[in-house]
Amino acid sequence: MSNHVAVTVRVNGVDREIEVDPRATLTETLRDRLGLTGTKKGCDRGECGACTVLVNGRRVLSCMTLAVTAHGAEVTTVEGLSSGGELHPVQRAFLENDAFQCGFCTPGQVMSAVACIAEGHATSDDEIREWMSGNICRCAAYPQIVASVAKAAAELGGAAR
Amino acid sequence: MRTFSYHRVSDVDVALAALRQPETQAIAGGTELVNWLKEGIEAPARLVDITGLPLAGVESTPDGLRIGALARMSDVAAHPVVRDRYPVLAQSLLRAASAQLRNMATIGGNLLQRTRCPYFRADTALPCNKRVPGSGCAARHGDTSAQAIFGWSEHCVATHPSDLAVALAALDATIVVRGEAGERRIPATEFHRLPGDEPERHTELRAGELITAVEVPAESGAEHSHYLKVRERVSYEFAVVSAAAVVQLSGTTITGARLALGGVAHRPWRLGGAEQAVVGLSVSDRPALLAAVAADFGDARPLPGNEYKITLAQRAAVRALQAA
Ligand SMILES: Cc1cc2nc3c(=O)[nH]c(=O)nc-3n(C[C@H](O)[C@H](O)[C@H](O)COP(=O)(O)OP(=O)(O)OC[C@H]3O[C@@H](n4cnc5c(N)ncnc54)[C@H](O)[C@@H]3O)c2cc1C
Ligand code: SF4
Ligand code: FES
Ligand code: FES
Repeated sequence: MSNHVAVTVRVNGVDREIEVDPRATLTETLRDRLGLTGTKKGCDRGECGACTVLVNGRRVLSCMTLAVTAHGAEVTTVEGLSSGGELHPVQRAFLENDAFQCGFCTPGQVMSAVACIAEGHATSDDEIREWMSGNICRCAAYPQIVASVAKAAAELGGAAR
Repeated sequence: MRTFSYHRVSDVDVALAALRQPETQAIAGGTELVNWLKEGIEAPARLVDITGLPLAGVESTPDGLRIGALARMSDVAAHPVVRDRYPVLAQSLLRAASAQLRNMATIGGNLLQRTRCPYFRADTALPCNKRVPGSGCAARHGDTSAQAIFGWSEHCVATHPSDLAVALAALDATIVVRGEAGERRIPATEFHRLPGDEPERHTELRAGELITAVEVPAESGAEHSHYLKVRERVSYEFAVVSAAAVVQLSGTTITGARLALGGVAHRPWRLGGAEQAVVGLSVSDRPALLAAVAADFGDARPLPGNEYKITLAQRAAVRALQAA
């Protein structure tokens, strides 16, 4: 289409150049154009957090982000967390604590947790509950999610990502 | 969704020129606008991305605080001066939305968010004078539980959902806007419009204008201040009712107060009468504070189904005063 816009984004450390429809969200672009289906589309209206990714290191909702506005940005999705086959401490904590049932909310929870810990907002269970409230879990795995974030935060020293 | 062209701007005058074109909308954090595009509430032909404008700073000067319109909610809440000297402001921001949304959402966009009236946001077309002027108001004789108790009209009974706006009203802040004709300064208490017979005009911002900053005067004396938000769950929810209080104290005696309510009208509702009546009272004298606040509810007109907001708002105001 004529009004497609050329966009350069660095996704999980790789520069990607794509022409996007200005109406496309970052969720759709990651999933349908770049094949990164780890990022989930839940409500598609900013309410559930399933689509959470990091843009320039900050957690945001990719369903409320037009892909054109991510031009020049660095995007990290759940696929970009592990390194050399080694799971990220947050991913490992989720596995070890059974922090999911259906798993649909999990990529968003994990991305949000990575940022929550890096922000220094995971120093107590109450603080984790408050700062993870943007991620809804339909299976109500909340106690295990809070435990996982606390465990990973302890391992990561509460600060470094 | 109707398709649109997309333009980035990095200069305020260029942005203003672009916004003067017909069917053009600015996009900042996008957390409202992208929903409006999806729901068909707005269908612009052109989007102007204003996030590149140099309006994202937070400055603390002897005159007070100047917050750029493009500053993100999370960054403003985390600013050391905001955190230490303007608790009511930091709390209103941190008790809004979620960490992800606050990382995206801007101060200007927050003030320009629209009502959460379920009929206004409905997927199917319902009578709503804010959506389609003249179509009627489905809420007036529908579900009124979340609607206004002050300042509504037969044409619209909606409330404004911004938490920030309520804190800014209690701080006597000013919204600075710029358009073709130059700069205008609008008191935060007057920025949002009561519906009257033009509910489709949500705020005093005119077409083609940008919000450039929000200014909080130093003399607002916000050290003793508090934002109390009552919601249906403890986090990540809009207010049913909220109260912002800024208090001056001598010992435990109130020597000055400013009080604004949220969730009760389509603008932050200042309780001017109560602000005077609480002077001289002890902050710990709850019955006297409640009587002073209740006496300022003479203009309240609850709808069938939201009478509970009167009791709730009065108690919220007292608790905010006591927590300040
Ligand atoms: C699930 C959810 C929960 C939420 N909960 C809360 C809550 O509890 N409390 C609360 O207060 N808010 C809440 N919000 C609202 C949120 O704070 C707003 O969506 C946000 O602040 C809007 O800012 P933005 O930068 O994303 O605006 P955008 O979506 O980019 O813009 C909104 C409108 O403002 C215009 N605009 C933006 N900036 C300017 C400017 N500088 N000058 C002129 N026009 C401008 C745009 O053209 C557009 O018309 C919630 C939102 C969601 C989705
Ligand atoms: S209250 Fe206002 S926003 Fe809600 S349906 Fe009536 S006119 Fe529309
Ligand atoms: S899919 Fe983005 S918040 Fe639900
Ligand atoms: S594990 Fe099913 S939604 Fe969270």
